Amino acid sequence: MKYAYFPGCCDHTSAKEYDISTRAVCKNLGIELIDIPDWSCCGSTPGHSTSHLLGVALSARNLALVEEMGLDCTASCAACYQRLALANMEMKNDMKLCEKINCITGKPYHGGVKVKSIVEVVAELGPEQITARVLKPLENLKMAVYYGCLMVRPKEIQVDDPENPQIIDKLMRTVGGEVVDWSYKTECCGGGLAISNEDIVLRLTNKILKEAVDAGVNCIVTACPLCHFNLDMRQKKINKIFGTNYHLPVFYFTQLIGLATGLKPGELSLETHFVDTREVIKLIA
Amino acid sequence: MPAINLTSNVKDNLDFIMHVSKESGQPVQHCYQCGKCTAGCPVAFAMDYPPNRIIRMVQLGLKEHVLKSQAIWLCAYCSTCTSRCPRNVNLARVMDCLRGMARREGIQLEGRAKKIALFYDCFLDTVKRNGKLYELGMMLNYNLKTGHFFKDAGTGLAMFTKGKIKLIPTKNENYKDLAQIFERIEEMEEKC
Ligand code: SF4
Ligand code: SF4
Repeated sequence: MKYAYFPGCCDHTSAKEYDISTRAVCKNLGIELIDIPDWSCCGSTPGHSTSHLLGVALSARNLALVEEMGLDCTASCAACYQRLALANMEMKNDMKLCEKINCITGKPYHGGVKVKSIVEVVAELGPEQITARVLKPLENLKMAVYYGCLMVRPKEIQVDDPENPQIIDKLMRTVGGEVVDWSYKTECCGGGLAISNEDIVLRLTNKILKEAVDAGVNCIVTACPLCHFNLDMRQKKINKIFGTNYHLPVFYFTQLIGLATGLKPGELSLETHFVDTREVIKLIA
Repeated sequence: MPAINLTSNVKDNLDFIMHVSKESGQPVQHCYQCGKCTAGCPVAFAMDYPPNRIIRMVQLGLKEHVLKSQAIWLCAYCSTCTSRCPRNVNLARVMDCLRGMARREGIQLEGRAKKIALFYDCFLDTVKRNGKLYELGMMLNYNLKTGHFFKDAGTGLAMFTKGKIKLIPTKNENYKDLAQIFERIEEMEEKC
């Protein structure tokens, strides 16, 4: 399997754990990720909120670059995945829009690319292939898988059911973890409002953490850098403001697959989290 | 909201209703006000008008109220409403379209909405210059423009100690492509 890989702008900053662990795990599982030469920002929420054309054009520039590579595309970041997949769908379904966008970007895109989330790419391997690589099953890890919004909605691009997705749950069970049923799987953390209106995000994130703790888990699993940042980095502040006492490590699903398949914590950037991950990792035999 | 003469409003603003449904590609006329969108909206508690009211106001042609609302900016584009609407209205898309219209009409924003729009500008400004988001530059610019120079300084420091801040932006080889995209769109949107 070979994909053009779109890492997203936070790949070396706030979400570096995701990029590092994605690359390491894919290499280990035989998925070849090829960097897209000169890829640029997908525009994220600010792009499409400012102008529909801008949102599509910023993604389309990247789709055109991928098309030149003759590959399909995968993105790790849930926000980038959503933007690229939606732009792709719109350009394929609307010839007029496609022409207009191609004029804007100056890089014609002809609709020849499929866009997949890295979650789908890993899940496509199938349980047998992954199980065969498991060296350290994640026994004793009881996790709440948190999908957030961006990869399960809207339906045109959803990777799984928008209310009760299972795709990452299944992957976690395949590598030996225990996943719980909980009702906040696809609630919104407030994502992009964090900088401008942090109080809203703290309130939403607090509810998610509370539900996870009430479900009796010892960690949360995610596949979105925005969710990760809000749940991990803001946990301390939430404790301070709401008088809570959470200490819940938040992992990217790739980090946990990495641990189960024998990669070292250092290879998965487990030391750069804000909530210390060591205690929970020790639980894995 | 003060009393409004709806009959004359609908007539005067029929254009607005048609425009929103055309630009967003959404059948806003189909909404039957069940309220499911609002029931599931995570941000409704902070909005001045909940999502179903916004759609109703669009149906009634209350253009000014809609475009000046905080709600259209507070929408986090989580698409919960979209996936649950029994009338297949993609509300997230409608909210997006309304934000765009508010921009183009030069609506003066206040409160939470103003901060959200400013954040978007600061974000996109770094993309326009560099090709990729430059987080530190965006934060400094946002703080400068809101006058809260040390907002999130604690976060910044924590990020720095974890090696999660880059001091200088990563510039694309063809970073000028991006400025061109922004300029072409501005030109096109000025015309219509
Ligand atoms: S869920 Fe759909 S039909 Fe119901 S009020 Fe909202 S927009 Fe209208
Ligand atoms: S997309 Fe916007 S309006 Fe709809 S539920 Fe989410 S935040 Fe609310």
